[in-house]
Amino acid sequence: MIEEEDIDLLLNDLFDLYGYDFTRYSRASLKRRVVRLCSLDKFPSFAELRYRVRNDPSYLKRFVEEVTVNVTEMFRDPSFYKSLREEVLPVLGTKPFIRVWHAGCSTGEEVYSMAILLREANLLRRSLLYATDLNPSVLEKVRKGIFPLALMKQYSESYITSGGTNDFSSYYTAQYGQAKFNAELSEKIIISTHNLVSDSSFNEFDLILCRNVLIYFDKELQDRVLKLFDASLGTLGYLALGTKETLKFSGVQNKFKQLNREKIWKKIS
Amino acid sequence: MEENLMNKVCELLLIGGSAGSLEVLFKLLPLLRADLPFPVALVLHRRNSADSSLSNLLASKTLNPTHEVEDKEAIVPGTIYLTPADYHLLIEHDRTFSLDYSEKVHFSRPSIDVTFESAAEVYGSKLVAILLSGANEDGTSGLVAVKQVGGTAVVQNPETAQMPFMPHNAMMHSQVDHVFDTMQMAAFINSLA
Repeated sequence: MIEEEDIDLLLNDLFDLYGYDFTRYSRASLKRRVVRLCSLDKFPSFAELRYRVRNDPSYLKRFVEEVTVNVTEMFRDPSFYKSLREEVLPVLGTKPFIRVWHAGCSTGEEVYSMAILLREANLLRRSLLYATDLNPSVLEKVRKGIFPLALMKQYSESYITSGGTNDFSSYYTAQYGQAKFNAELSEKIIISTHNLVSDSSFNEFDLILCRNVLIYFDKELQDRVLKLFDASLGTLGYLALGTKETLKFSGVQNKFKQLNREKIWKKIS
Repeated sequence: MEENLMNKVCELLLIGGSAGSLEVLFKLLPLLRADLPFPVALVLHRRNSADSSLSNLLASKTLNPTHEVEDKEAIVPGTIYLTPADYHLLIEHDRTFSLDYSEKVHFSRPSIDVTFESAAEVYGSKLVAILLSGANEDGTSGLVAVKQVGGTAVVQNPETAQMPFMPHNAMMHSQVDHVFDTMQMAAFINSLA
């Protein structure tokens, strides 16, 4: 049994020794991930896990990877992507250059979905997609653009529901059970580590997507991150969140207007 | 048992169900008093789609306000909360909900175990958890966690369940306080304070 005080000690270690600040992460989820890691890596007790984290910097990478959630998929919530196609991209298309930020992109399935949308709107040539995450290892997967072939059937169905009319398999090459997405897509993706807790704004964007990331933060950190997004959006830029996340009750609520039923907001001031 | 039925203090009621559980809820919800003095959270395995028709359908069966959980929402007595499709439901010590999109558990998201275990840590002996019909082993470890902290574990009588596996599996592997059919379940819930 891991006590709340144990988690506090561990979080203090992570900040003091490595500069990672997880103190404002959703505690229920974080604790569950720590318990899960203890069992995955067969630590006999919490004390052993803490000792390993404190004394083995090479274990830190695994710890951060496993304690954060890296589950994502292509074209998740097809109606959301349909709305991007029909309502957001036509407006972005009036700009000479389009910058998109995928904040907390994990292994990049959403980034590639977005690149496909931009290509089909004939906008990919003048777009750049910035993909950031705090885990360097997931970013390596974004760079490669290789995903399990077994998932392509489901992704293809979601793609079609999102309004896609091409043959989805034309976007990748199948090999050894993997699907490698075309270089035409990946060469428009810029990859960098960025920690939403501690790093600041680094550019001005026309569209920021951060879906199912804020649910892992407490209210105060959610509010801080939303301010960071506000500061990183150009006038009339768009912000997209997960289906159960909201700007309501946040400090930046009045500066944004929700587009429709999807969780997409337009910056109005 | 009679003693338990009277004035058992409940600060959160959880109801978990899989295949065959909706029929039970459609019968159960109209039988519940209109001013439940505790919150109720439903964790149901369902088709992975974001449409809100299920919460509207459930809301039409009860006078207690019913809606899908929003992330970091405060848990308010008298409200019936439905776990959104494709998220796990967790509970924070300040008695707010957190949603979680991590790996499926028992091929399920939401997983009943995940919510039962999380709520057990926060509510301890003031937690009441009910497991309904289903063909999956989800919920059993959750009920074990509920019993470990002194909470109350209830299962639907497998003989009345469309899919008896889930409540039966829980009875095999966990201590269970009550085995109820739908009418008994309603009387029990209405007796909780």
